[in-house]
Amino acid sequence: MEHIRMPKVENVRLLDRLSSRRAVVGTLYLTATHVIFVENGSETRKETWVLHSQISSIEKQATTATGCPLLIRCKNFQVIQLVIPQERDCHDVYISLIRLARPVKYEELYCFSFNPKLDKEEREQGWKLVDLNEEYNRMGVPNNYWQISDVNRDYGVCDSYPTEVYVPKSATAHIIVGSSKFRSRRRFPALSYYCKGNNASICRSSQPLSGFSARCLEDEQMLQAIRKANPGSDFIYVVDTRPKLNAMANRAAGKGYENEDNYSNIKFQFIGIENIHVMRNSLQKMLEVCELKSPSMSDFLWGLENSGWLKHIKAIMDAGIFIAKAVAEEGVSVLVHCSDGWDRTAQVCSVASLLLDPYYRTMKGFMVLIEKDWVSFGHKFNHRYGNLDGDPKEISPVIDQFIECVWQLMEQFPCAFEFNERFLIHIQHHIYSCQFGNFLCNSQKERRELKFWSGMYNRFEKGLHPRQSVTDYLMAVKEETQQLEEELEVLQERLANLQKSQSGNNKVKSKQQDQSKQFGLYASNNSLANTPQEYSNDLKSFPSRSPSQGDEDSALILTQDNLKSSDPDLSANSDQESGVEDLSCRSPSGGGCLPSEDSGKDSDEAVFLAG
Amino acid sequence: MEFSELIKTATVENALLWRPGLPAVRGTLCITSHHLLLSSRPRGDLELWLLIRNVDAVEKRVCGSSGTITLRCKDLRVLQLEIPGMEQCLNIASSIEALSSVDSVMMMYPFFYRPPSLRLEQGWHRFPLERFFQRLSSQTSQWRLSTVNRDFSACPSYPPAVIVPAAVGDDTVAKAARFRQGGRFPVLSYFHPKNGTALLRSSQPLTGRNRRRCREDEQLLGTILDQGEQGFIIDTRSAQAAKQARMSGGGTEPKSSYPQWRRLHRALEREERTVLVHGAEGTDATLLVTALAQLILDPSCRSLEGFQGLLEREWIEAGHPFQLRCARSASWHGRGKQEAPLFVLFLDCVWQLSRQFPLSLEFGERLLLTLFDNAYASAYGTFLCNNERERSLCKVKESTHSLWAWLNQPEEKHKYLNPLYSHNPLVIWPSVEPQSIQLWQGLFLRWIRPSQHLDEAREEIQRLVQGKNSSSSKESRGRRQSPAAAAGTEGGR
Repeated sequence: MEHIRMPKVENVRLLDRLSSRRAVVGTLYLTATHVIFVENGSETRKETWVLHSQISSIEKQATTATGCPLLIRCKNFQVIQLVIPQERDCHDVYISLIRLARPVKYEELYCFSFNPKLDKEEREQGWKLVDLNEEYNRMGVPNNYWQISDVNRDYGVCDSYPTEVYVPKSATAHIIVGSSKFRSRRRFPALSYYCKGNNASICRSSQPLSGFSARCLEDEQMLQAIRKANPGSDFIYVVDTRPKLNAMANRAAGKGYENEDNYSNIKFQFIGIENIHVMRNSLQKMLEVCELKSPSMSDFLWGLENSGWLKHIKAIMDAGIFIAKAVAEEGVSVLVHCSDGWDRTAQVCSVASLLLDPYYRTMKGFMVLIEKDWVSFGHKFNHRYGNLDGDPKEISPVIDQFIECVWQLMEQFPCAFEFNERFLIHIQHHIYSCQFGNFLCNSQKERRELKFWSGMYNRFEKGLHPRQSVTDYLMAVKEETQQLEEELEVLQERLANLQKSQSGNNKVKSKQQDQSKQFGLYASNNSLANTPQEYSNDLKSFPSRSPSQGDEDSALILTQDNLKSSDPDLSANSDQESGVEDLSCRSPSGGGCLPSEDSGKDSDEAVFLAG
Repeated sequence: MEFSELIKTATVENALLWRPGLPAVRGTLCITSHHLLLSSRPRGDLELWLLIRNVDAVEKRVCGSSGTITLRCKDLRVLQLEIPGMEQCLNIASSIEALSSVDSVMMMYPFFYRPPSLRLEQGWHRFPLERFFQRLSSQTSQWRLSTVNRDFSACPSYPPAVIVPAAVGDDTVAKAARFRQGGRFPVLSYFHPKNGTALLRSSQPLTGRNRRRCREDEQLLGTILDQGEQGFIIDTRSAQAAKQARMSGGGTEPKSSYPQWRRLHRALEREERTVLVHGAEGTDATLLVTALAQLILDPSCRSLEGFQGLLEREWIEAGHPFQLRCARSASWHGRGKQEAPLFVLFLDCVWQLSRQFPLSLEFGERLLLTLFDNAYASAYGTFLCNNERERSLCKVKESTHSLWAWLNQPEEKHKYLNPLYSHNPLVIWPSVEPQSIQLWQGLFLRWIRPSQHLDEAREEIQRLVQGKNSSSSKESRGRRQSPAAAAGTEGGR
């Protein structure tokens, strides 16, 4: 709290990015955890909440006649433009936010103060939701070829690896330790995915310290052991996910890549994914494109192409496809590494796992996958996502890219995933929000099919999105179908009862009354849900989606309950949904009646006529 | 001319057919007056049945004793045929070239196609302008149905019946027509009942270098607006192009002669004003804009039936020169200046709308693709000729079948419906930000991209929605069977 110089500023204007005419006036509050903007205006009092840890940059711009503009860019790609009347206030807010957005200690992060009214037991249960040993058991290990090694107990061999690591049975502790000494940061080859059907596996490591000519017998034995663990195949692929040039440059520093001559029976393969710095710049360029005010089609397409973002996404997916094909079609095991083996390696291992195993396309499985390939193998969440104040050069959208790869797959295989786009956006949000402890600490498709993900990068520009959501509609349909079926069952039961005897009449009646009360409630909710511009009028026939439960994200199970009250992002969102100016059709939740006017007040939408 | 003169080789044995994403097939190739057929030899299955009109460009490559023909089709498909014998190959190629270049309308396939399930006259008078006018006249009395063009004398590219301001007589209209390129005088395209504004279209005025004026044209446009009311003229050309058009006799409406009208060369915000749209000829971008505007504004155009009516009224009868524009497509390298994919642009815009409002259009992507295919090569006469006058001269409506008759047969119709549709009475304002515009993969990658997983998703959607409908009907049946229960719940409502 001592960092807040200015807890409250009045008469602040919040600008709309697409139209300067849509600015709203309100009060800005700084709390220990959030920036909150509350609109003036007696009825709506719309609130916008931004978590400090979501802030990626704050920019104070030159003072104008109307006040001092402050630009807040968020890690979830929201951009908030405020104009504060007094320069002095603006400066205080600026200085406070700079400090608040960059906590120095873990204890300052939101998850340590976030208390979603769960008792200790429930909280511990949540942490046990994902049990990695259970996951490896599901894959079919330990078995005749693979075992758990405790060589890394107390993190004695590699401090960025889990304590329990799955390795080939024939790899002795001596081999593992020897191999670890020949690998960057001692990240020795370990199992990431095992394919029960054909014994092929995906292993991961960091680069070997081969320099120009160095060799290590134990490392060679280690790779041999991985090959032997797959008796059906007489070689393994070693995939270096870096561009060849980068890998060669590393040799000068005593690192590098495997020499095919020194290792028996390996096939070495480069798949050029660029490093975190290139990716950071690429994202930066793409976000600049997304922020352009009324760009032309060619500005946008050229900017998107120039950012290289989709090229990088394609490279990651290509690598994942290569590995998945090797495992599934050739039955060959693969060892994957990049430099340290915690960024690109995590990306491609998890893309490959997702392609190979339908389990990871379920909600539970997807969380397990992130725990397995990212959290347990030491992906540097803090550094990459800037949770604590640190080196800006360490920040890079590594997991964002993986999440986008999943989205691209979802677009191509709409029926293959249990979860939807919102789930992915939620995961992305929480990687940056630090609201939950999970992501703390450092521990063939053709290019033409890749699309720009406006749902993510222009997520807060509601005007750009489809005005009606097929997913929401189908979920409502499903719900109603289920409800109708249940009702049908009740009716049939009743019919049977009626036919059996007349004496049960009284009982049935009271039951009916219960139900009719319910219907009464639905009906009244319906009439309340009268948001203007609600295009999903068709949903008025689905009484089950009452406005009170119809939070945009109610379909998510990520955090069980408390979402609405505790998650600032969500409340900000749902406010925007009910925002009067917006054609908010992403949420069918309002249901509700129709406005009598056809166009209402949505005066800022351009009619198609451009050019 | 006889077709047999154009066919140099009618059959070839042992031809090999390559299609993207499908295994190669060997079989007998046949060329008939309108089709290219290939039936595979062992089982005699028909593998390919291609309208030769669909062929846009023919490329041939002879190598040794055999040759390869690449057919680039107007529906964007690319087919390859490997034909044994150099001479045969060249013969086949030149036969296809000759047959695909026949430009006499009455030689085209629709004049020969006689499906057993349809009658010739069916579907041709499905969307009479009289019915459109009936609805209009219940909303306003400012417009009337005019037959000034009944013999196509006022405007050869307009239909016999048009809607004009009630306050001007046919004489005035006929004189105004002479001041507009191709006689395309201002006519009503759409009336918005909510605020009483109208959408009109025409061609450019023949102002020319000498700044000619036409009292009747000024009068016609003048009566549309009340005293003191302002209207907009949207000129779909750039200001520069409009100015240049004066050099060749065209031009724009000068402010001094049309004081109530404001001319714009760009899009405008929602103004609730009457709008006249024209470019130069008023047969291309003009129709694209007026048809699209109606789809956005008018919910009745978004049903399957209403959309067909819109196409009939705003594209076909309005005189979009389909014959000229769709004679060739993207692969043609000839010198044609009349070909242009205006109708494809329109279909793409409709598709973009359907992406942004997936629940608001009653028809699906499949209808748009069918329309695209039929505009370029069809068994039906709907898109033949350039205007109603030509259609009447060629007796298209007497001698060919209507596409609408085919589409609306119950066993066909369900294929084109959008299972998610539910009537949306609102205006559907789309976003035109670049982030919202997508590549129409269903059209442009139709033959390249495997669509199996997307089809699966579509079927799943269908299944979910049908599941709801069937359980809701079961539920209501259950209700009827259980009168006591029904009474109970209804009492509570």
